[in-house]
Amino acid sequence: MRTSFGKPSPPSEDRRWKIIGATMRRHGYQPHALIETLHTVQESFGFVGEDAFHYVADSLRIPLSHVYGVATFYHFFNLKPQGEHTCVVCTGTACYIKGASLILQAIEDEYGIKPGETSDDGKLSVLTARCIGACGIAPAVVFDGEIVGGVSATDAVNRIRRCLQK
Amino acid sequence: MTPEELYQIAEEEQESLKRFHFRMFVCTAAGCLSSHGDSVLDALKKEIKEAGREEECLCKGVGCMGLCSEGPLVFVEPDGVLYGKVKVEDAKEIVESLGKEPVARLVCPIDLPFFTRQKKVVLENSGVIDPERIEDYIAHSGYEALVQALTEMTPAEVIDGVFKSGLRGRGGAGYPTGLKWSTVSKGVGGAKYVICNADEGDPGAFMDRSVLESDPHRVLEGMAIAAYAVGASQGYIYVRAEYPLAIKRLQTAIRQAERCGLLGNHICNTTFSFQINVRLGAGAFVCGEETALIASIEGKRGQPRPRPPYPAEEGLWGCPTLINNVETFANVPAIIRNGAEWFAAIGTEKSKGTKVFALAGRVKHTGLIEVPMGIPLRDIIFEIGGGIPDERNFKAVQTGGPSGGCIPKEHLDVPVDYDSLSQLGSIMGSGGMIVMDESSCMVDVARFFMEFCMTESCGKCVPCRVGTAQIHDFLQKIINGDAVPDDLEFLKKICDMVKETSLCGLGQTAPNPVLSTLRFFRDEYVNHIVNKECTAGACKVPAKQEVHS
Ligand SMILES: Cc1cc2nc3c(=O)[nH]c(=O)nc-3n(C[C@H](O)[C@H](O)[C@H](O)COP(=O)(O)O)c2cc1C
Ligand code: SF4
Ligand code: FES
Ligand code: FES
Repeated sequence: MRTSFGKPSPPSEDRRWKIIGATMRRHGYQPHALIETLHTVQESFGFVGEDAFHYVADSLRIPLSHVYGVATFYHFFNLKPQGEHTCVVCTGTACYIKGASLILQAIEDEYGIKPGETSDDGKLSVLTARCIGACGIAPAVVFDGEIVGGVSATDAVNRIRRCLQK
Repeated sequence: MTPEELYQIAEEEQESLKRFHFRMFVCTAAGCLSSHGDSVLDALKKEIKEAGREEECLCKGVGCMGLCSEGPLVFVEPDGVLYGKVKVEDAKEIVESLGKEPVARLVCPIDLPFFTRQKKVVLENSGVIDPERIEDYIAHSGYEALVQALTEMTPAEVIDGVFKSGLRGRGGAGYPTGLKWSTVSKGVGGAKYVICNADEGDPGAFMDRSVLESDPHRVLEGMAIAAYAVGASQGYIYVRAEYPLAIKRLQTAIRQAERCGLLGNHICNTTFSFQINVRLGAGAFVCGEETALIASIEGKRGQPRPRPPYPAEEGLWGCPTLINNVETFANVPAIIRNGAEWFAAIGTEKSKGTKVFALAGRVKHTGLIEVPMGIPLRDIIFEIGGGIPDERNFKAVQTGGPSGGCIPKEHLDVPVDYDSLSQLGSIMGSGGMIVMDESSCMVDVARFFMEFCMTESCGKCVPCRVGTAQIHDFLQKIINGDAVPDDLEFLKKICDMVKETSLCGLGQTAPNPVLSTLRFFRDEYVNHIVNKECTAGACKVPAKQEVHS
């Protein structure tokens, strides 16, 4: 049994840490709650930062290296904050066959950002995904969380421009 | 919930459906949502309300209807009209046309082979029921099989039924499901677990996603029947975090089933109890492998371990664990309800039942299809899929994703079953089917899959970690026009080595796309090497390309 006495305190006053604490509590602070907890961290903050590593490792009583190992093993977790807007280009097979690489190239030509990078002003992140399950309407791109199908290279560049203007 | 109560819910729901003269079904699965199926649903509801026809006209959101490329789709009963590419502005016209001439410019013919050549078992409710209402599932014979199993059958009889049906795992390998259940049921010790593998790692496949979004209760029911059969009381669904809608609908479904007493303690007033929890994957292909998946549920890095012991003997937390794919579980309720013989009558001698495929790539009708096993590949691509668009020619079809291979036109008449496909160096896989025309370079296709396996290799064993990178570099060299003819022999050698010495299925099957293209499209490799030319005109040889890292 854990007592509140030994419980590490959150890195800051930020209320979002409460949500993360709640996830760990729900799983009885068991080490196997690690991945679920990291999901909650990413959902709340958009990425898994260093302060989160320490807090989660201490709370679940697992070595920091283990937390880091798990977080870096799974591609889904971002270790850096994302740009204000995100554009996720699907590079799964169906989208590859239908020209996903042309989309990435066009974005790079227009904005100078490669997959996995964020623009210097922190406005735009370009990411890739391995199939988002919309293969029927390939090539698919997710602009700020909204899936769009049948995207051409020019469409993509134009949509990003519109996203950025918002 | 007693059987009587279940039938009562079913009856009430069916009655309430009959009250409506017109029924409109709007697809709200992921494909159609991306073209704003949800706004179309709202617009139709609003128009119905404004026309004061709420009493006679039902309008509901349903799961995937299959023809995702034409989304958003709206189906109207009893008129039997299917509308495609519907926009919010069309709503008024559609509502006004009910019972009269349909809106011609939006009509999709439903006598297409795309619809008539399919056989729906797993997808029987997809596009028909509202995935967010358990009553709708119950009205379509939902949970009947579970109640029947719990009240009329012993666990051994359930296993026997599944065994006799000939059902084989739909996750790729095709292991007989009844046999697996029987092994887990014999496992000794305290706890046992049932896990549903919804990791769907093949990058170009969305069958499992679609089933979960369109008919989530079906998977829960299949899992509960399995748990009863093997003696488990706790289940997990391991689903990709990239599928937020599927996750949401699953969670809703679990809550509803618990409220109705169809999951939880003392299901149907019997001694059987079964809990299901959702666990999220985090974007690692290797976690689809069963031992890696178990490690991931345990909160660890998803690295496979040697088998045996198989999970059926030593799985989650060291306990006997049953792992099946989403589609495997989704077949179970129909088998129990209609009988093993009914199921065994569909398909071929060694591959029973149907298979769901995500048909995509260079084919006219892309979307989700379900066909009887044994159907020729040609019929899928040219009849159901409507052939190749833009007056191009068919080149190859890829099945089985990164573990599968490419099948050329000479073999288009192969029947789609586990054994015929593996004879061609491909696999049935979980159901991705990507059609390619002459604009695709087969060397680059092989490179694409190898890049995937290279990045997804978990790094635990050397042949896979180093081998996939080497194969990838070789392919890149060929594409860049820097290879010499002898390299092909060497390439084949590394492929064989990786295949034979890797620890888990990822490494063991990673060379398949290369080996199968080497087998059927060797001339394309030679063309790159000798003539410094890409047959498809897709790669810029010998002009140096940037090497992908
Ligand atoms: C690298 C790799 C990835 C896999 N990915 C999946 C997957 O995404 N979904 C799946 O159901 N099975 C996948 N499998 C197969 C599983 O290990 C396991 O055989 C399957 O879930 C068993 O279920 P079934 O008997 O119902 O097919 C994968 C196997 C390997 C080696
Ligand atoms: S074959 Fe590849 S994925 Fe499988 S255990 Fe070895 S390194 Fe990991
Ligand atoms: S391959 Fe892009 S959505 Fe499936
Ligand atoms: S998602 Fe609407 S038809 Fe497939």
